[in-house]
Amino acid sequence: MERLTKQAQTIRCHILAMITDAQVGHIGGSFSSADILTALYFHIMRIDPLNPNWPDRDRFILSKGHGATLLYSALAERGFFSVDELSTFGKLGSILQVHPDRNKVPGVEASTGALGQGLSIGIGMALAAKLDKKNYHTYVVLGDGEIQEGQVWEAAMFASHFKVDNLTAILDYNNVQLMGNVPDIMQIKPVKEKWESFGWNTIEINGHDFSQIINAVNSAKMKKGVPTIIIAKTIKGKGVSFMQNTCEWHGKAPSNEEYKKAIRELKA
Amino acid sequence: MVAMREVFGKALLELGSINENVVVMDADLGSSTKTTYFAQKFPDRFFQVGIAEQNMVGIAAGLASCGKIPFATTFAVFLTKRAADQVSISVAYPRFNVKLIGAYTGLFNGATGASHMAVEDMAIMRAIPGIVVIDPADAEEMKQAVKEISEYKGPVYLRETRDEWPDIFNADYKFSIGKSSVVLDGEDVTIIACGVMTSESIKAAEILKKSKINARVINMSTIKPIDTDMIIECASKTGAIVVAENHNIYGGLGSAVAEVLAENIPTPMLRIGIRDILGETGRNHELLEKYEMSAEYIVGAAKRVINNNKNLDSIY
Repeated sequence: MERLTKQAQTIRCHILAMITDAQVGHIGGSFSSADILTALYFHIMRIDPLNPNWPDRDRFILSKGHGATLLYSALAERGFFSVDELSTFGKLGSILQVHPDRNKVPGVEASTGALGQGLSIGIGMALAAKLDKKNYHTYVVLGDGEIQEGQVWEAAMFASHFKVDNLTAILDYNNVQLMGNVPDIMQIKPVKEKWESFGWNTIEINGHDFSQIINAVNSAKMKKGVPTIIIAKTIKGKGVSFMQNTCEWHGKAPSNEEYKKAIRELKA
Repeated sequence: MVAMREVFGKALLELGSINENVVVMDADLGSSTKTTYFAQKFPDRFFQVGIAEQNMVGIAAGLASCGKIPFATTFAVFLTKRAADQVSISVAYPRFNVKLIGAYTGLFNGATGASHMAVEDMAIMRAIPGIVVIDPADAEEMKQAVKEISEYKGPVYLRETRDEWPDIFNADYKFSIGKSSVVLDGEDVTIIACGVMTSESIKAAEILKKSKINARVINMSTIKPIDTDMIIECASKTGAIVVAENHNIYGGLGSAVAEVLAENIPTPMLRIGIRDILGETGRNHELLEKYEMSAEYIVGAAKRVINNNKNLDSIY
């Protein structure tokens, strides 16, 4: 856990630096999922950074594609490409586009960014595993604003109908979207009951607690015959006090002053 | 004559036997699109997604990312309009090897009327970067196209015509993505057509012959990438072009041909197609007539373009 905590902190520092330097990017939603991705990439997933196309690899899809800086930081730290590459983020010609491009970055499985599409794609990968009798697991991280998209529910229906139990969805439930708090924009509650009514197994956790994340994933993988969604209560902007719980930092890039204040907190 | 959707369904079934990576997806329209043959023989490789086209396209992308060759099949209207973003971002942008099959094209959709009439599907697919767009002219070409597109590596949009249309090609014909073919030769005017309008254009050519006009008829079944060389050659040889398509006159084959002509060899051209209107319930031959797309209208356009008269609206 100590190791994972430090790893997540390093990742948050990368995210902050990338977005400040490029003056574009999504801090709030990248920070809220940071612990989830740290747990996945540094403890849970069976992947090989030197073999990003290894057919038996676990698949990960960041359906909330605006968290790209988080994904890139995790991939770089894990060894899929050089950490030096991160400084090219958001600049013309970079492989690190503001939303992930599957054709440019080793380790990126889908070109997400247009919300609501990742769960369907993940289901396709999980179905392929069943067809090919492979054991890899597919993970899809969704945003809470994102589940306002109808396609997500089409996918949810399908996954339950087809018993796609080799896929685990994780909801980054930070309660804030671009224009404001989720309940004020478009109420999504009751979340757990909705997913259960669609035939899913649900597990509620604190999305910043590594043991809860890991235990939930283990439990999800053991659950046969139904797909599982881990509903992770998170804090948008988690890690920097003045960036937390506000839509202000959904897509704003920090000034140099703000960067200094933020990095001091992260490194404390 | 066999209904083209039947030919499609049987071709897909055969493909299933020779290529185990082919999987088929349906959005509750299998008995119409004839994916049912494949579904019966290969139930493990067939996925019924229900009435959920966006999800279907996304799942197809995921399957393709793992080496499968998904044929995601539904009515053209729903595939290209409802799921346009998914086609663009889940499939085309990452260049996943998905075959998008849009059934019941243009006016001819079993009399189901405007909501089920794809008049803009080629325009949409053409404008999304990275998708090959094909509209087969007859049963033989449909049969070959199904096989060819399964071997092509990349996203393809194939129009699946519903009904019986006259045979044009026999087994000697070789369909090739991106290559158009001269169905009839002539020097006075060229009629470039795709899909069901190719056979209608052949009829028009026969009528024109009686007026001593020798029309060249080109079957341009690949709308994207367009066969630029053929267009330029025909413009050069005949000096007058009519384009006939079972699609809106905005954005489809007519537009594609006009783009080539304007940039290379400006030539008088007229378009026969759906004149920016959704259709209505009616039988195929009734609609062909009412919407001014039958052979006699192609003939009228040919004569007018030869005489350099661009005002097609005078026929109203």
